[in-house]
Amino acid sequence: MRRTHARTPAELVAARPEPEFQLTFDGRPIRGLPGQSIAATLWSAGILTWRTTRVHGRPRGAFCGIGACYDCLATVNGRPNQRACLLPARPGDAITTQEGDGYAALDR
Amino acid sequence: MPHSTDERRPRDADCAGLAVVGAGPAGLAAAVTAADHGLDVVLLDSAVTPGGQYYRSPPGGLGATRPGALHHGWPVFAELSARLAAHRDSGAIRHLPNHQVWTVERAGDGDWILHAVTGAEGDQRSAVRARRLLLATGAHERQLPFPGWTLPGVVSAAGAQAMLKSGLVLPGRRIVVAGSGPLLQAVALSLTRAGASVPALIEASGYGAYARAPQVLAANPGKMAEGVRHGAALTGAGVRMLTRRAVTDVHGDDRVEAVTVSRVDRRWRPVPGTGREIACDALAVGHGLAPQLELAVAAGCGTRACADGTHAVTLDQQLRTTVPGVWAAGEAGGIGGVELALCEGELAALSVIREMRGGVQRAAARRAVALLRSRRRLRAFSTLMGAVHRPGAGWSEWLTGDTEVCRCEEVTAGRIRTACEEFGAGDTRTVKLLTRAGMGWCQGRTCGFAVRELADAHGSGRGAGEEPDGPDRRPLACPVRLSTLADLAEPA
Repeated sequence: MRRTHARTPAELVAARPEPEFQLTFDGRPIRGLPGQSIAATLWSAGILTWRTTRVHGRPRGAFCGIGACYDCLATVNGRPNQRACLLPARPGDAITTQEGDGYAALDR
Repeated sequence: MPHSTDERRPRDADCAGLAVVGAGPAGLAAAVTAADHGLDVVLLDSAVTPGGQYYRSPPGGLGATRPGALHHGWPVFAELSARLAAHRDSGAIRHLPNHQVWTVERAGDGDWILHAVTGAEGDQRSAVRARRLLLATGAHERQLPFPGWTLPGVVSAAGAQAMLKSGLVLPGRRIVVAGSGPLLQAVALSLTRAGASVPALIEASGYGAYARAPQVLAANPGKMAEGVRHGAALTGAGVRMLTRRAVTDVHGDDRVEAVTVSRVDRRWRPVPGTGREIACDALAVGHGLAPQLELAVAAGCGTRACADGTHAVTLDQQLRTTVPGVWAAGEAGGIGGVELALCEGELAALSVIREMRGGVQRAAARRAVALLRSRRRLRAFSTLMGAVHRPGAGWSEWLTGDTEVCRCEEVTAGRIRTACEEFGAGDTRTVKLLTRAGMGWCQGRTCGFAVRELADAHGSGRGAGEEPDGPDRRPLACPVRLSTLADLAEPA
């Protein structure tokens, strides 16, 4: 490992990413890079929360980062319960905060 | 299995000689070694790119021209990757990325059938048949709950590392690293190299405890040197190393703004009045790793309790499990790190070859002897490491009644205590039935250790002659659709 300290992770690995694209989080445009997971894209935009819990409605986001804990569930393009830390972000994705189990529409 | 006739069975496109589950360090080493010796191998891995959690790297689109800058020992992985690619091209290894094996079953003829979910949405299914099975399923991080650990900005230490290695992102700019175990040092170093500031590394044990076993240390000078190197690099990066302390509270409304760090005694009981606040915008926390045993348990493999408080697959010197035809390597057999995983992967593959052919060539036999020696030395070190960082029995004293223990089902420590004290629950299963702790999406992977410890502490516990809690049983290694389960009932 290099002993030097970079200012950003991208600088550390001398990243030359492919062109960025746009997606949305709760309707607001954010930028994504090819290859990043939904969770990484949200972290890049400074967003740590994209779910509220079923019982107490508390905010949650990525925790384990490897797909084991299911805390990072999000609604992506209308489909709830997607693991944001594993799912790659794609141009035009519409990510929305998942409330509870994400199936509120079925209860109406 | 009748090995003498086995070699004469023609290569069968539908049945591999060996299935390796997991393409991390152990699985990769096993697969390429087995293929080197002429075995036809199928390598199944849940990730899109090989490397496992340790050698996670940014996908191509991120254009990392120096991916090794985030890694220790990158050339080893580069060499394994090249060998994998060569064997894939020659057809010796069938590499199936994005295949999450959710269960294994034994067919009537002794072959193994591995059932996987695959596809971009995880909604496709796939079944693979193989004569032998080698499990290199790795580990996930072990967590202990504490007040405030569900606040956004608190992330798992291994998770912060994983998100950095694969996505080139950080959870914050000023990140406290806390918990216990050597992984924390590696995580803190990575975070500082990637531009974060790490004001403190909080370790609940004391590194001095390693001195308990001087002969083990003397046999592992590389491990000691690594510890010293990490310590110096952390100091150089401005990280304060605070031992015998733990995070006992997290502050902030919508996200982390500060943490309270308290002294803990030798049993990890927080010492009242010692709390001190450290400002930060994220906390990366973890208490060692826990082997992923779902498939080993599904295959019927015996397990053992380890010095670190986790369960691991029982293995003999040849890395055979207690089930004929099933081997395991790496973290599944007990947490030990990347060097041990590489060693065991190679050794397990040689053991498979030996059993198949009734022996190995002289060079391979010599190699196996050297690997066996390394394994013994590294296992001794990992046992010491596990004992040093095993959570002390007093950790639960930092919980408050409203601290959530099970994150999925939002079950508090207070409810678990009520289940134990008022309803007599003394084991994980009874606590789960009474409170739903461990019943959610993650199936107790996150809270399982903590719930077991809380239940054990109340110890009204087991009936006479009952075994202590074994490993958690999860018949499905990941969530699958009901339609997938229904299809399994149909003959393939």
